[in-house]
Amino acid sequence: MQALTFNINGKDVTLSINAWDTLANVLRRNLALTGTKKGCEEGECGACTVLLEGKPVNSCIVPAAKVEGKKVVTIEGLSQNGELHPIQEAFIEAGAVQCGFCTPGVILSAKALLDLDEMPGEETIKDELSGHLCRCTGYVQFIDAVRIAAEKLHKK
Amino acid sequence: MKVDRYLIPKNVEEAIDYLCRYSGKAKVIAGGTDLMLWIKEGKVQANALIDITEIDELRHIEFTESEMIIGAAVTHAEIASNENIKKCFPCLSDGCRYVGSPQIRNIGTVGGNIVSAQPAADSAIPLIALGAVCEILTEDGLRKAPLEELYAGVGKSKIDSTREILIRIIVPRPDSRYGTSLTRFAPREALALPIANTAVKLEIEDNIIKDIRIAMAPVATTPLRPKKAEQYLLGRDIQTPEIFKEAAKIAAGEANPRDSLLRGSSKYRKALAEDLVNNALGNAVKNILKNMEVL
Repeated sequence: MQALTFNINGKDVTLSINAWDTLANVLRRNLALTGTKKGCEEGECGACTVLLEGKPVNSCIVPAAKVEGKKVVTIEGLSQNGELHPIQEAFIEAGAVQCGFCTPGVILSAKALLDLDEMPGEETIKDELSGHLCRCTGYVQFIDAVRIAAEKLHKK
Repeated sequence: MKVDRYLIPKNVEEAIDYLCRYSGKAKVIAGGTDLMLWIKEGKVQANALIDITEIDELRHIEFTESEMIIGAAVTHAEIASNENIKKCFPCLSDGCRYVGSPQIRNIGTVGGNIVSAQPAADSAIPLIALGAVCEILTEDGLRKAPLEELYAGVGKSKIDSTREILIRIIVPRPDSRYGTSLTRFAPREALALPIANTAVKLEIEDNIIKDIRIAMAPVATTPLRPKKAEQYLLGRDIQTPEIFKEAAKIAAGEANPRDSLLRGSSKYRKALAEDLVNNALGNAVKNILKNMEVL
């Protein structure tokens, strides 16, 4: 076991972890942040996507020990005081949530994109969401949702 | 044997010191996008992992008058978005843009792509075409080797990551007009390993080919430089496009792909390799930099 200190959703935490643990396991098991989903567990499907220093990564293949001293944001870190984040609202409006398994990851990739590009074009949205597999909602709704989110954030 | 320490050294001396102390039982990890899977599957074992991505000097991209120097811990996303690399070596920007997904590119490193020694690595293949040289730090000091000589077989690198660390990749900047390109064929446009890829660097003087490097993969157990095709092109005029068709034919003859359930039959892959080489050569000619003073 070894100690790990990092910032999760704005809060500093120190945990005792196994050296080989993945970030996804530590988030789900040690911190009960089960919004981060485990799908393929080999870095293909994107369900486990979290933001590491603002950038989307697959937490199922990131060693937990690697985030020492860093900032990690999961889907639980987006809503504030019980209010959904505008990107989350946009996904509901666009009907871009069906079974919901891939949704947390997709929303976090959308957040990373919209943090850098206020009004991304369709090709950019497709590129930035290309690391997510969805088997029910459909990809067109994701693009609509990101567009709606961009407008919401722009108005704020 | 389970990993029981994950260590994050701040400089290369400390990293080498860790490797020495574990005498072969620790392993270097960079992004870990391959290595973590291999550890989970039990294919790779180590008592400790030495993470080199917090070592500042391994995280830079630098251009000098004669060279481009890339730290081994630079990510694919960082290379793909680097404006100088887009201008000078588009084959490398393109290759890094094709690796995995945005999430993989944000964490996977160019050094890892080299040491993983996968047969169709989308960043290592263009680097071979560019004539990259690797700087490897060992207990006894620094050694240098051309990237193409570091492949020992499928997934096997001559860089021993239990004892040495790939620290820098050095690409010479051509002093005459040149163009680079990468062509790639994959089952889908995102998140797919290539069925085949080919990178080219073409240098000319008064339209005559002065230097040519072609890197093809995966058409053999290690990335292939089709030397006969390269030899054929040397000294020929780029204004005669039929030379590229002929060179592609020669290159396909040098390739030896096996039948693969994943990548297709040997015959199909040879035909594909010929097309890719032909297209890569044509695109390199199109990309020949008009202006050498790009930086």
